[in-house]
Amino acid sequence: MPSQLVRKLAANEFVITAEIAPPRGGDTSGMLKAAAFLAPFVDAINVTDNQGANMRMTPLVASGLLVREGIEPIMQLTCRDRNRLALQSDILSAANFGIENILALTGDHPKLGDHPHAKAVFDIDSVQLIQVIRRLEQGLDMAGKKLEGVLPKFCVGAVVNPGSDPLEPQIMKMEKKIDAGAEFFQTQAVYDLKSFENFLSKTKHLKTTVIAGIVLLKSAGMAKYMNENVAGISVPDNLINEMRDTKDKQAQSIEIAARLIKELKPMCQGIHIMPIGWDKLVPKVLDAAGL
Amino acid sequence: MIVSTQKPLEQIMTALEGGKRVFIIGCAKCATVCKAGGEEEVFRMQDALTAAGKEVTGTIVIDETCHMLRTGRDLRSRREQVDEADFLLVLSCGAGIQSVAEASEKKVVAGTDSKFLGNIRRFGQFEQRCSLCGDCRLNDSGGVCPVTVCAKGLLNGPCGGMEDGACEVDQNSRCAWVTIYERLERQQRVERLDEITPARDFAHKRHPNSLVLEK
Repeated sequence: MPSQLVRKLAANEFVITAEIAPPRGGDTSGMLKAAAFLAPFVDAINVTDNQGANMRMTPLVASGLLVREGIEPIMQLTCRDRNRLALQSDILSAANFGIENILALTGDHPKLGDHPHAKAVFDIDSVQLIQVIRRLEQGLDMAGKKLEGVLPKFCVGAVVNPGSDPLEPQIMKMEKKIDAGAEFFQTQAVYDLKSFENFLSKTKHLKTTVIAGIVLLKSAGMAKYMNENVAGISVPDNLINEMRDTKDKQAQSIEIAARLIKELKPMCQGIHIMPIGWDKLVPKVLDAAGL
Repeated sequence: MIVSTQKPLEQIMTALEGGKRVFIIGCAKCATVCKAGGEEEVFRMQDALTAAGKEVTGTIVIDETCHMLRTGRDLRSRREQVDEADFLLVLSCGAGIQSVAEASEKKVVAGTDSKFLGNIRRFGQFEQRCSLCGDCRLNDSGGVCPVTVCAKGLLNGPCGGMEDGACEVDQNSRCAWVTIYERLERQQRVERLDEITPARDFAHKRHPNSLVLEK
């Protein structure tokens, strides 16, 4: 079956993606349940790669299991934990598992995660990783050796932080990612529409698909935490106040996310919802946003 | 210079277990500048070891302990004190410690941890700017090293963790790529960054490395 993501990108249709994390353990039943719940509402589901530099099951296997369940994954692949041999191995393995989408990322530094004493690999960077995937599709590995048999084919995405300050170096890198072969961009969570508009106006010249990130707010405290600790996220005071003043945090979270999506929809080509544990709210958010 | 710091005394004492007599070796170059193993630190170490019940058979501060032949010669000049010792405690960088090990069959104890190749900001302040990658790219990055100054050694621009120009790993450090970008912009040659930089060749970093100059 052709990738739903590829079909929508080609038809220039609005894309909806969500995100799940592989388990910290060998039991995937919870993850598969979450994926099966989200799948009817979205085009594809990101499977994170030791996100935040916290150790979990490999996204390669987790994504492969989703494919087996008939759910389309976007396998995230970071440069933090694998050198170029391991990355290429995993990319070929992903093709064999029927994984059609890869999101290429740098990866958070190990210092930020639960194994701060780990060696940070970063043998190659995210731009080079995109090039490597494209080269493998051409039948050549990084050493220039020919691949055997049917060649892999992927839809390759990348990430960009539209709230980055300064923005210009981030856009410079985004351009390189497009040159390397990135077909779409998923963004860091957007709350500040002015700053997102500024990003879009500065990237007008780029022919690509931007899928705006939505992280469900769970509380005023969480919003403040993100403002202080997560690069490029700035939750405006009015949203923090709404979360502080509400009696029903989930309802308010849905209302805010739906409002953001409605405002973002005319500006970009898709949204990427990161529910951070509130998976069951995703259908309500999409419904309230009219998607 | 090579920046090193002295190991905690209790670690040094653990390494010195099983012997009473110690000969202490410092270095007059880098270890003196970063106060890990100059005259003063060797003297203090002698006091500390004596207070802890050890017998110091002698001390020496070698001019460049990394110089293997000189280290051998200087130790031979103190043969009696060295021969008497159960341990040679070395307060220099790891290179100097191994010069000592090469020059003597005595048990060698490292009294320092070697940290990095450091620039000197001012007295007592050191910063890592070069990581000896073996394949210098400063000509393409405005004289600021992305391999070293970027915590991830990224070659094609900042990661998404940069916030207000600061590094994801240390909020007190400026993102190397912001520095590079702004510097090239001021020099009106930011287009130097348009090209994708290919992956590093880590063959340059194979170790142990050596160099023999052609005569």
